[in-house]
Amino acid sequence: MKKKNQTSHINRYILIGLSVFCALMMVLSSFSDKAAGPFKVLANITVIPLQQGINHVGGWLGDMKDNFSTMQQLRNENEDLQAQIDALTTENNYLQEERYEYERLQELYQLDQNYAEYEKTAAHVIGKDAGNWFNTFTIDKGSKDGIEVDMNVLAGSGLVGIITEVGPTWAKVRSIIDDANNVSGMVLSTSDTCIVSGDLSLMSSGQIAFDQMENNDNVVAVGDQIVTSYISDKYLQGILIGSISEINVDSNNLTRSGYIIPAVDFKNIQEVLVITTTKAELTGENVTGE
Amino acid sequence: MKAVKIRRIVVTAVVVLLAYLLQCTVFPALEIAGIKPNLMLIVTASFGFMRGPREGMFVGFASGLLIDIQYGDMIGFYALIYLIAGYINGLFEQIYFDEDIKLPLFLIAGSDFVYGIAVYFLTFLLRSDFNFLHYLNRIIVPEAIYTIAVTLVVYPLLLLINHKLEAEEKRSASKFV
Repeated sequence: MKKKNQTSHINRYILIGLSVFCALMMVLSSFSDKAAGPFKVLANITVIPLQQGINHVGGWLGDMKDNFSTMQQLRNENEDLQAQIDALTTENNYLQEERYEYERLQELYQLDQNYAEYEKTAAHVIGKDAGNWFNTFTIDKGSKDGIEVDMNVLAGSGLVGIITEVGPTWAKVRSIIDDANNVSGMVLSTSDTCIVSGDLSLMSSGQIAFDQMENNDNVVAVGDQIVTSYISDKYLQGILIGSISEINVDSNNLTRSGYIIPAVDFKNIQEVLVITTTKAELTGENVTGE
Repeated sequence: MKAVKIRRIVVTAVVVLLAYLLQCTVFPALEIAGIKPNLMLIVTASFGFMRGPREGMFVGFASGLLIDIQYGDMIGFYALIYLIAGYINGLFEQIYFDEDIKLPLFLIAGSDFVYGIAVYFLTFLLRSDFNFLHYLNRIIVPEAIYTIAVTLVVYPLLLLINHKLEAEEKRSASKFV
């Protein structure tokens, strides 16, 4: 009996000790990022290589599955794509025309910044958040590949999220549909700004919410595209977020709010592009004129 | 005696690491309606009631810390939750029998439910998000149910591993006595 009491006492001490350690680490890591440093290195040598390995195997299996898709399917797809090419060629010609006009006008206005050409580097998604509450994932590139905190992450043409943490060979990305994320956006056609915020309760319906858009005379309709705005200090300007699926005037009659369908399919992201310029660098250069 | 102990530590560490890797890489593919089961909690709770509070605590602490390092906002948050989950499940070791699957299922379901509520209170409520019922219906309860379903597959495996290790320990103990 006595011995049993003793072990339960020891257990209690261990519980208290580890709890205090956890609390201490929480306080430390909320004050400084350095507290997590040793743990990151630990993860770097243990978990990350294994995750990358599993990811490779998964990708290989996916390729195998794709190889077995039938000829008929491929033919149909080919036809569809051919039709798409035709449509796009027409559109492209039209856009080319516009481009020349744009260039001419740009010369007139001496605009020298072209936001469309950010330098990017590709990365694979190697792991997703363990729980159901948040939407973050890790990619297989880190500070060794020149990745820094606050770099924007894209998939295809749409905004995926932002890098919030960097290890030597991995980085953590918080996606824009994460509940803790807010992006300053603007309507492409009217340049009205709004705040785009992720929402856990909307995640399952594949939407994100926006609000605080000025209720002015500009007509903003369903289907209009929302891009990142010029106001944001973290997100680069002009990256596509998604298109409006619903818009309402708020009860105060001053602002409008609604929902956006993101341009990226967040259910299956495998490869992402990281823009290797941060907004801070970009604006900093402009200010100091370096 | 010592070799057996080391073997147990190594096997436990491998199980935790494997659970974590599966949770982050394979389980997102098993999502149903945006919900994935919580394998880490199954492992933590199982080691708790199979092996007692101490091992439950260490396993929980290790798994929580892994989550913290890669996905948490601060180190120690999930570690603390899983630590306590491991300890409380460990207290049920005294009324636990191998043959009985009801108690493990009940404990794991309870753990996952309490875990969900704890995460809601500590992260979402503190950001003044009061839509508790919605989260209860959309995330906490579905996650608990899905976790139970996965437990039916995973728990026998963990039990088997534990049996093998215990048999080994008994054999080597009798050899030395």
